[in-house]
Amino acid sequence: MIHTDIIIIGAGPTGLFAVFEAGLLKLKCHLIDALPAPGGQCAEIYPKKPIYDIPAYPEVLAGDLVDNLMKQIAPFEPGFTLGERAETIDKQEDGTFVVTTNKGTKHHAPIVAIAGGLGSFEPRKPPIDNLEAYEDNGVAYMIKDPEIYRDKRVVIAGGGDSALDWSIFLTDVASEVTLVHRRNEFRGALDSVDKVQELKDAGKIRLITPAEVTGIIGDGQVEGVVISKKDEEDIVLETDYFIPLFGLSPKLGPIANWGLEIEKNAIKVNNALDYQTNIPGIYAIGDVNIYPGKLKLILCGFHEATLMCQSAYQRIYPNKRYVMKYTTVSGVDGFDGSKKEAPKSVIKTID
Amino acid sequence: MAADIKLYITDREGVRHEIEAPTDMGMNLMEVIRAFELAPEGTIGICGGMAMCASCQCYVNSNHELPEMGYDEEMMLSEAFNVTDRSRLGCQIQLTEEMEGLDITIAPEV
Ligand SMILES: Cc1cc2nc3c(=O)[nH]c(=O)nc-3n(C[C@H](O)[C@H](O)[C@H](O)COP(=O)(O)OP(=O)(O)OC[C@H]3O[C@@H](n4cnc5c(N)ncnc54)[C@H](O)[C@@H]3O)c2cc1C
Ligand code: FES
Repeated sequence: MIHTDIIIIGAGPTGLFAVFEAGLLKLKCHLIDALPAPGGQCAEIYPKKPIYDIPAYPEVLAGDLVDNLMKQIAPFEPGFTLGERAETIDKQEDGTFVVTTNKGTKHHAPIVAIAGGLGSFEPRKPPIDNLEAYEDNGVAYMIKDPEIYRDKRVVIAGGGDSALDWSIFLTDVASEVTLVHRRNEFRGALDSVDKVQELKDAGKIRLITPAEVTGIIGDGQVEGVVISKKDEEDIVLETDYFIPLFGLSPKLGPIANWGLEIEKNAIKVNNALDYQTNIPGIYAIGDVNIYPGKLKLILCGFHEATLMCQSAYQRIYPNKRYVMKYTTVSGVDGFDGSKKEAPKSVIKTID
Repeated sequence: MAADIKLYITDREGVRHEIEAPTDMGMNLMEVIRAFELAPEGTIGICGGMAMCASCQCYVNSNHELPEMGYDEEMMLSEAFNVTDRSRLGCQIQLTEEMEGLDITIAPEV
């Protein structure tokens, strides 16, 4: 069981910034995300695209925004459960909560902040018969631990950045990498496309295009895939793993059944006060919440996270008086012992 | 002022809607579907209209002459599911007066 002060579901920009605001109040956070890396939509959908409406940043790449947030919160040593989906929530007798993931990891805290964005990112699965039966038995939709593929044969399907980048990466790990795509053209960062070309020429990646994986062969475990090409006979390619990478799409999923008030696929909150839901102790911040006038913008999520943490503090310490302090004045005391503070003014006589 | 146009949009439940959409608001088909709430929030327009998610895939039922597919749209559709030769990405189709009477069906959610 992981114990913390605030369980944050969703490691998008909103959830990440909540760690900072909680840290200033000496509250510890643990983040859960279905994705294997933090960043939410910014990391999954548009890491290499610019954002122009982050206050004081005339332009910032979404990926850089995430990197900066990770740097900003590092002193507060957040915990992470990545690649797992928050599945159930159980209220304990003392009013605290236990959140359990689909992999059975349990988290315990007095406060839960749902920063789930548009929902948990779930893989888009190609329509192949029996595909689901092979999940975890040779079929994977995300690469969490590349070492699993050491000296194995891997077939990747897809034509975007993640298919290209993982094909490149796995050439150093797997014994055989095959990339199957429906077209001859690929859409990705130019250097990735060039690199795949280079590896193909060097015989390190087998490229099968335009083609599609249409079937899986194996007795409980993947042993091969069926590859169909237009106007040609299907071929069977032996492999140990099949990794279809067709992007991820967000689904609100299990959170919809937690007894929270839902409207338009979002969680209703009290925006006049603290972004708490209809269940006291559970907050919803960022894209995942809804209230009159709601805008799904990063800067709105930051604001909501800040107010939520103040309210969470009051719930955890109902009898403590507290006044908000400026970071410039009081500095930032990390849980890792680091301290950031404004340099003291110099006092010196001028003759 | 540009005139409103009539569109026929069949939602994912199979219900056909007749709507009056403005052509002077710089809206594309995906945005029209969202503005009229014909698909649940969060199930369409995931990538914001960058031809990167295919959540706005539609089937064109009428014989309108639509703007040609761009490279991004073609590439995205080649990776999407449930694609037919009538498939288009709603976010890549900017509304114009020529689209009066356009009839589309929203593709299933994936
Ligand atoms: C193409 C594009 C361009 C954009 N441009 C801008 C812009 O210019 N300016 C701007 O302000 N905003 C922009 N946005 C919107 C912005 O990205 C979102 O407002 C922001 O990402 C919301 O942050 P969030 O942390 O609330 O949610 P998200 O970023 O969606 O993160 C939520 C995270 O929660 C996880 N999650 C959800 N449920 C669960 C669960 N049950 N278990 C585990 N994990 C879960 C998800 O996997 C996800 O990683 C853009 C969005 C897109 C797609
Ligand atoms: S909204 Fe994503 S492809 Fe159209």
